[in-house]
Amino acid sequence: MEKARASSRVQSENRTVKSAYIDSKGRPLVAITGAGVVTSLGIGKRQNWEKLVAAQSGIRPITRFPTDGLKTTIAGTVDDLGIEPYSAYELASTMAEVAAAEAIDQARIGGHRSFPGPLIIATPPSELEWPQLREIYEAGDPELSGYARLLGAARQGQFGALASHIRFAAIADRLMERFGTRGQPLTICTACASGSTTIQIGVEAIRYGKTDAALCVGTDATVHPEGLVRFSLLSALSTRNDVPQKASRPFSKSRDGFVMAEGAGALVLESYAAAKARGATILGIVRGCGEKADAYHRTRSHPDGRAMIGALRRTLADADTKPDEIDYVNAHGTSTPENDKMECFSLAAIFGDRLPHVPISSNKSMVGHTLIAAGSVEAVFTVQTLQTGVIPPTINYDDPDPALAIDVVPNVSRTADVRVALSNSFGFGGQNVCVVFSRDLQ
Amino acid sequence: MSDGSRRACITGIGLVSSLGEGIETHWERLSNPLTASPEIDERRFSPYPVHPLAAVAFAQQIPRTTDQRQMERWQRIGTYAAGLALADAGIAGDQELLDRTDLSIAAGNGERDIAFDQQVLAKSDRVAEAEGDLNQQLMTGLRPTLYLGQLSNLLAANISIVHGATGASRTFKGEEMAGVSALENATARIESGESDLVLVGGAFNAEREDILLACELEASVYRGAPFRSVWERREHGGGAVLGSIGVFLVVESACNARSRGHDAYAQIEAVRSDRRRRRPGEAAAAMAHIFKAFALQPDIALPILSGASGIEPGTSEERDFIAHLRTAGIRPVVRAFGNVLGHTREAHFLAGVALAAIAISKGTFYPPFCGASPEDRADVEPDHILVTTLGSWRGEGAGIIARAE
Repeated sequence: MEKARASSRVQSENRTVKSAYIDSKGRPLVAITGAGVVTSLGIGKRQNWEKLVAAQSGIRPITRFPTDGLKTTIAGTVDDLGIEPYSAYELASTMAEVAAAEAIDQARIGGHRSFPGPLIIATPPSELEWPQLREIYEAGDPELSGYARLLGAARQGQFGALASHIRFAAIADRLMERFGTRGQPLTICTACASGSTTIQIGVEAIRYGKTDAALCVGTDATVHPEGLVRFSLLSALSTRNDVPQKASRPFSKSRDGFVMAEGAGALVLESYAAAKARGATILGIVRGCGEKADAYHRTRSHPDGRAMIGALRRTLADADTKPDEIDYVNAHGTSTPENDKMECFSLAAIFGDRLPHVPISSNKSMVGHTLIAAGSVEAVFTVQTLQTGVIPPTINYDDPDPALAIDVVPNVSRTADVRVALSNSFGFGGQNVCVVFSRDLQ
Repeated sequence: MSDGSRRACITGIGLVSSLGEGIETHWERLSNPLTASPEIDERRFSPYPVHPLAAVAFAQQIPRTTDQRQMERWQRIGTYAAGLALADAGIAGDQELLDRTDLSIAAGNGERDIAFDQQVLAKSDRVAEAEGDLNQQLMTGLRPTLYLGQLSNLLAANISIVHGATGASRTFKGEEMAGVSALENATARIESGESDLVLVGGAFNAEREDILLACELEASVYRGAPFRSVWERREHGGGAVLGSIGVFLVVESACNARSRGHDAYAQIEAVRSDRRRRRPGEAAAAMAHIFKAFALQPDIALPILSGASGIEPGTSEERDFIAHLRTAGIRPVVRAFGNVLGHTREAHFLAGVALAAIAISKGTFYPPFCGASPEDRADVEPDHILVTTLGSWRGEGAGIIARAE
């Protein structure tokens, strides 16, 4: 009899605890308990944050390969991790590991090489680069040419180590081995929205009750000749090579394209209840996410902004957040004429008359566009903004675009009470994903 | 959930492969023991046999030539199959439904420009390339829109553009496991109430040297003639024979299908995945573990559409898993769909799910797809079909496709 009563009391306590940690839609609340980042500004949150709030740029001339004959010769490369020789696979994997290790260390979650949840990771294309193609080719039969020669050389079997470069599962697998995540890892590509998609899928897994924790990572390291040229041929890149630090100038009238960059970001997401139960420090809340595909064009948004606006509305609805509650927008802000115009236009549809009074800054003015990793990197910076009450600026804002009447937090960082922040990610192929983060539960 | 309204049903199938186009074409060919045999081209990419795509009039689903021009072949194949699936589900052209049709796509990298690569390799050398000779060739020789044919998520983009499906859009990578992830995620979203309609699919163009090179680097491609079934390649070096395919499924909540009066081929009972290190025996153990979690009645004949590829040691591990089922008192009736479609990488698991849904809806299982063990003749009325796919390198996945309730 005594026992039965005791157990029923425990149950009712559990219910109380549970109801405090579910959102307005009855779903488990999702907390962020760890964050890690690598960009051209440095390794780790501290280095990055110090430079971000000091308005420093990580953009510089490319030294990794000769740039003769290229229209763009600058980028935000990550050069200080000692990856020699460079390959996208090695650098992207290493950055992802460094960022994930920082996030897991901060979260103090799991045991040694044992993370109690799945890995969801966004990775760049897995492909052979020219030095590797050349290496295989030169080992081939000189009587042959082209792919016949490459295939003949590959059949000799001495290039097995290159398999990691062309396997899409390879980066995920490497992180899984290192951190002991659970189950089949997910590898994602939604172009430049990929990082945010990893967060969205992590949030869903926790909400569906499939896991109490998820490791969400985005990584990109594709500053190599073909990687650069293909964006150059799509006329997407800034060609302001003379003063690299001034090239990325989101929302300025003279913006002329994005600056390619490398980086990785990682978040440990946990159900709020599980994080509380183990006494974890909670860095912030993921209130909600949303997405909407665009059917207009492969690289441009519909001129009426329907998909971006759709993604924003779905996000606010999912987060049960009113536009008035948003204290800060971490913009996608790539510094291309198209993105910045459409992003402002879409935000205007959401914020209406309040638009000029909402601080909206672009980290890309300093770190460049980390592409696949952008949503992850910027999520980390957004969490830091919530935690510190400092909004990093949009630098190089010397000639405002009069058509874009927004407060970009120009050139110097700003102290503000930021309780709720919106992070935007938009990608080629009509990918639009947004996330609402908050500092506190309410 | 208890009333079954959130069950994930398959209400549309789009399929184009080496065997032809459409559900009936595949059924007629594969349900007849006399015709359930593969189409193989052993010469074009010798020593690598491939299953080439049947002739397809892409313009029927992709009417604008400007759209076709901006796609590489894998995207054309996928966009075409997606159009077939949407039409089959009665969604094509219905703006209201298309606006809330989510995309869950399994994709790889797309395709390189083979002729351009060969030209660069022939013209230059390592020293010149290291000194920057490559830049000029890339700037002048790469087609400006080629990257849009390579980016993994641009299959999804093309489907949005051509067919107007504009809900959520997610692309999963990771070779064979991409297809498992795409269906697992779509099913979870439907069961949770997050989504009512998801277009799930993948496309693979096997007829290209760059993918053969990628597979040869990891020694996962079968060389030489004669063609052998996936179960008979181990003694001949093992490896997959790649097949071109486009396969799309419209996965829909039971309540949504009911509300618009559309019948389902089958329902997705469960999809599960795992990933082991692949020490000997681990893949078979992972599959046994996944199967146990499905909690199926053990005393039945179990039709299995096996994704076995011929790649070792995965194929032998799958054989061990099947043997394990026998020792557990289950009578497995195995058909490796790679024997008739080829190995279709990202699309492979979804191809098996499509064939399973067709068989469920027809009430009959397929005859053997080859003459080798463990495929043997058996008449079985399929109620539940197990679909398996092991990653050629890592990852293990399976699903149960069942009669729609």
